[in-house]
Amino acid sequence: MSEVVRDLKAFAKALVYKNAPKEEYFKRGHRACQGCAPALAIRYILKAAGPNTIVVNATGCMEIISSPFPYTSWGVPWIHVAFENVAAVASGVEAAIKVLKRKGRLDPNKRINIIGLAGDGGTADIGLQALSGMLARNHNVTYICYDNEAYMNTGVQGSSATFTGASTTTTPAGRYSIGQGYWKKNVAEIAASHYVPYVATACPSYPLDLMNKVRKSLEIEGAAYIHVFAPCPTGWGCPSSMAIEVGRLAVETGVYPLYEVERGVWKISYIPPKGLKPIEEYFKTQRRFKHLKKEVVEKIQEKVRAHWERLLMLEKMTNTEEFKEKFVRPFYEVQI
Amino acid sequence: MAKKVGIEAAIAIAEAAALADVDVVSAYPITPQTHIVEHLAHLVADGILNAEFITVESEHTALSAALGASLTGARTFTSTSAQGLALMNEIVYITSSMRAPVVMALANRALSAPINIWNDHSDVMSVRDTGWISIFANNAQEAYDLTFMAFKIGEHPDVLLPVMINFDGFILTHVIEPVVLFGKEDVEGFLPPYDHPYKLDPDRPVTMGPVGLPEIYTEVKKQQDVAIRSSRSVIDAVFKEFAERFGRKYSAVETYAIDDAEVVLVTQGSVTDAACFVVDEMRKRGKKWGVVEIRLWRPFPFDDVGSALTSGKIKCVVVLDRAISFGGPAGIVMSEVRSALYHVPNRPIVIGVTSGLGGRDIMFEDYVRMFELGEEALRTGKEPEMVTIIGVRE
Ligand SMILES: Cc1ncc(C[n+]2csc(CCOP(=O)(O)OP(=O)(O)O)c2C)c(N)n1
Ligand code: SF4
Ligand SMILES: [Mg+2]
Repeated sequence: MSEVVRDLKAFAKALVYKNAPKEEYFKRGHRACQGCAPALAIRYILKAAGPNTIVVNATGCMEIISSPFPYTSWGVPWIHVAFENVAAVASGVEAAIKVLKRKGRLDPNKRINIIGLAGDGGTADIGLQALSGMLARNHNVTYICYDNEAYMNTGVQGSSATFTGASTTTTPAGRYSIGQGYWKKNVAEIAASHYVPYVATACPSYPLDLMNKVRKSLEIEGAAYIHVFAPCPTGWGCPSSMAIEVGRLAVETGVYPLYEVERGVWKISYIPPKGLKPIEEYFKTQRRFKHLKKEVVEKIQEKVRAHWERLLMLEKMTNTEEFKEKFVRPFYEVQI
Repeated sequence: MAKKVGIEAAIAIAEAAALADVDVVSAYPITPQTHIVEHLAHLVADGILNAEFITVESEHTALSAALGASLTGARTFTSTSAQGLALMNEIVYITSSMRAPVVMALANRALSAPINIWNDHSDVMSVRDTGWISIFANNAQEAYDLTFMAFKIGEHPDVLLPVMINFDGFILTHVIEPVVLFGKEDVEGFLPPYDHPYKLDPDRPVTMGPVGLPEIYTEVKKQQDVAIRSSRSVIDAVFKEFAERFGRKYSAVETYAIDDAEVVLVTQGSVTDAACFVVDEMRKRGKKWGVVEIRLWRPFPFDDVGSALTSGKIKCVVVLDRAISFGGPAGIVMSEVRSALYHVPNRPIVIGVTSGLGGRDIMFEDYVRMFELGEEALRTGKEPEMVTIIGVRE
């Protein structure tokens, strides 16, 4: 399925969903709000991963809505332990599978995908240490953060991944507050700093891109991290029919660029051919940004653009022969 | 072939885990437990033990990874002390609630603050109610035997609970004692292969750790309580089989010289052997004292404690606590013993003493003082509500 899509036409084609697997492993009847993009993302993720998959899920919206005993939406083995330890539990699951294969108690030729799944709170904040440990040890796990930019399960509190300027229940807009006052923590870059073989950002508004990235991450040996931008109509204050649109606008404005970092080489998955749209077009779709004054929006716009420029430069720098020669080959092709 | 060697208790515990052929070891350094994991790391590095050793970045992760591995079908071992256990706490409770038979060696150490790396029982007491089977070892041989047996107990299909083996930091961990180590062939058939009936297996997908609404939570907790209570018969059966095959006897409650004793000291852990020595010495001076050790801490052996402490001529029970329940009944073990005796007609007087906190040595005279407090209570007929801290400077 793969191949990076860079022009709009091809990218639109890649959105054609008919090529996706028909089987569902995240089943109907779960209790997510209407238009919940994290739930949609999980559906795609499991389509891409298939049945030979174990999911380790953090406490949060997706765990709560999918597992009210005795009901379950999970068609694959699934375990929830706590909020901050998905990467830790997944490390244990992976170690177990590895040793059981080595000892012949599991078929060594059977591929079992291990996916860790946590929200932005469970990843960028309370679970960051466990995530760093898992990435550093390079467990063969794909860790997926579904980023709805707040602690939704507990009622829309701000996390360090909440977007700058967003009003949440703990970063409320007020006379002396613009809402979330600092720059969104970039966990994908933190993950990339562990030199793991694969890091990507994705969004369920681009289902095939998301599914391709999941597939790729699972095929690559070693730890992988995928940060999935997933609009939450309830927490963001947009109509439930708008979740897909909001995701696209985030990508088209550069608020949430889609890219991959494969063995240290950065590749932007989608460059809007007519340039980035103004972030205002994205902001105006959601109540959480409604309070922002023009001058604040302008400042955020400047930062968004700067971040995008940085990405372009990273892409340029890491795609040179020199970079591949001096870093990628010696670093990733040498097996210690 | 079994052979007797001089070995540190910490190393003996690591050897017991290796004897059980553990699949996954997941642990983090903390004094005085560290020698256990270091030794296991060596065994893995040298190819003597075919296991995955996860060098985790915290104890919270150590137990989380152990739990994940255990429920994927791997025999799993971890070990820690005090602050490490405190950091794990959230997962300690979840591990038993999710019925993962992880085995943990807990090298007992005082909890901060002030930070103190030495021995007492404040760590184990802080997880008293978390649903783990909890057993005390008094010496290196016991630590070895009990760690090995812990796998058989916890993994039994009727049990499926985590097991904690307590052994005193430094007093045991760092002390070299003679230990009979088994060869693999000696224990053939004793420990069946680990197979959890519900594991993470793509061929049989299950949902683990779902949301438990108020309609179901109570029932789940009741089941868990029934499970740990019922584990007693398995524990007894494993002790019995071990004794029959290998000759060393273990029981939930151990007694020493209580047949004609009027005053007995109730102990846990390495102080037991010291107390027995004191009893021997003082018997030469005509003192009819004895020792009762509560080896099995959870499930609490109410009946055994009750019958041991009401046997013979026992008139006064002095309970030695190695931790404090601040603002509560002070003596944690003491209040358990009192409740075990509450309904017994003509029950003995029960008094509590606390000693040996944060590595403070308990001297010969301190033990004597404990027994004498018992004699004093007998003379005056008074059963003080509060514990006496032995050796505190005031
Ligand atoms: C140790 C711990 N602290 C706090 C909580 C409460 N809590 C449960 S879910 C949650 C928010 C989760 O936020 P996120 O990870 O972003 O997932 P979302 O709910 O947004 O999907 C919080 C704070 C908890 N369960 N455990
Ligand atoms: S609150 Fe948001 S993330 Fe949670 S279920 Fe509803 S839409 Fe989904
Ligand atoms: Mg969130």
